[in-house]
Amino acid sequence: MSLLSAKRLEKHYGHHVVLENLNFSVEQGEFVTLVGASGCGKTTFLKMLLGTEAISKGNLLLDGKPIPNEPGPDRGVVFQKYSVFPHLTVLGNVMMADELHSAKLLGKSFGTAKRHAIEKAQARIEEVGLSHALNKYPHELSGGMQQRLAIAQALMMRPRMLLLDEPFGALDPGIRQDMHELITRLWQEQQLTIFMITHDLKEAFELGTRLWVFDKTRHDPQAPEAYGATITYDLPISRDRPTAALTEALHQGGLKTHTQETLL
Amino acid sequence: MKRLINLAPSRGSRWLLGLLPFLLLAMVYLSLSNARLAENPNDRLLPTPATMASSFYHLATAENVRTGQIVLWTDTFASLERILIGVAISAFIGLVVGILNGGIPLIRAKLSPLVTVASLIPPMAILPILFIAFGTGEAAKIALIVIGVTPFLIRDLQGHALRLPDEQLIKAQTLGASSWQVLLRVLLPQLTPRLLNATRLALGSAWLFLIAAEAIAAQEGLGYRIFLVRRYLSMDVILPYVAWITLLAFLLDQILAWTSRLAFPWYHSGEGDKS
Repeated sequence: MSLLSAKRLEKHYGHHVVLENLNFSVEQGEFVTLVGASGCGKTTFLKMLLGTEAISKGNLLLDGKPIPNEPGPDRGVVFQKYSVFPHLTVLGNVMMADELHSAKLLGKSFGTAKRHAIEKAQARIEEVGLSHALNKYPHELSGGMQQRLAIAQALMMRPRMLLLDEPFGALDPGIRQDMHELITRLWQEQQLTIFMITHDLKEAFELGTRLWVFDKTRHDPQAPEAYGATITYDLPISRDRPTAALTEALHQGGLKTHTQETLL
Repeated sequence: MKRLINLAPSRGSRWLLGLLPFLLLAMVYLSLSNARLAENPNDRLLPTPATMASSFYHLATAENVRTGQIVLWTDTFASLERILIGVAISAFIGLVVGILNGGIPLIRAKLSPLVTVASLIPPMAILPILFIAFGTGEAAKIALIVIGVTPFLIRDLQGHALRLPDEQLIKAQTLGASSWQVLLRVLLPQLTPRLLNATRLALGSAWLFLIAAEAIAAQEGLGYRIFLVRRYLSMDVILPYVAWITLLAFLLDQILAWTSRLAFPWYHSGEGDKS
């Protein structure tokens, strides 16, 4: 059984169809990168996975069961910003998941439980290379460090899948490269399943094992809202294949859509 | 020559510039006072600083022959007690209702319209009701402060709770937080510094309600004293009392500001060093 599968999945707001006819199945351990023009429904799709947007039609199954309609600990998330809690230190942010789990009433643990949470959190913080900033608040960290923190925080729960919504979109190119190495390492070490939205096609090819292009297949100029986007290309990416060749293949495959104009 | 908006005074001259309006006002007062006193040495409207100082010193040190109490301190403690209890109750209700309203849509739907309407009732207009309901003792005065200040605090905190990025609430849920835990670990700590700030703003109206309530019915209190001596045109008591109240208000405000900066450094991170 696959980790996540969708059958004729559709999302619309009233008459405005955003996504239609999504069919896929994703196995554990895949790294899916999502690209597509702005406003084509990538983020809406991620929100459906997250459970903050309801499914309009079709079904979306996580481990064979309909995906819960609210966020939960089985799906971790990192947004482009506001992903960490400004009122907690690095350590506090990462400990939070464990504390919420062990202290249901207070949401804050003490004594042995606290020491245990600190140890666990420190290991996670070490993984993302923030050990030197344990007691700093997010506002004292750079953008890249904040995203590292957000990743460490999300991984505390050992989620079934990790959802990344343009996590590196606001970072400098150099920092972004470091983050690519970090996320690749964590993905390999911890056998994560990752869905990542990106605007950077190069990034999508570099990181993913599978690339989804979201675009509209049908377009009615009289009623632009009548048809929604779907996954127009579902490409397996092998890591040792050079990026340039793939881009070429995409061209030959006839990616003559709006996506091509904006992305390539 | 730089543009006007780019010209900033240095640290030292900022102090001097800030002092300037005060000095000007003092000079205007002194000259007016001198002019009046030259015409009529018994004039009571604009007393000299020396007269005010001696009156104030008398109030602050001399025991009342009948009760053995010192007027200034009795008044100060009575007023401070009322305002602190009133503001503390308001802050507590404001925080609890603000968090619940901001965090739980089902509660917000029920309470938010009520709070909005309640905040529009002029508190002074229902002061008679309070006197009838609670008598003319402490309860009515504290109730007036609570009724006047709480709706503002609730609305401010609720608004701030709603402005917290959705991402944070979603993140907390993906970390396994229950509704209660979201309120406790995400909303409460982020709204507490906001509460301190909103309370600072609300202190002005709290003082207003306190003085008004004391002016109408009290046996002691700063507002009571001012309105009592008004009958004798005792400007030499009224002016130092106003200055004293201003000083107390300033100190309360600064204590809250300091507490907020010390306890919640992250909250003040966005503030520049402009002052």
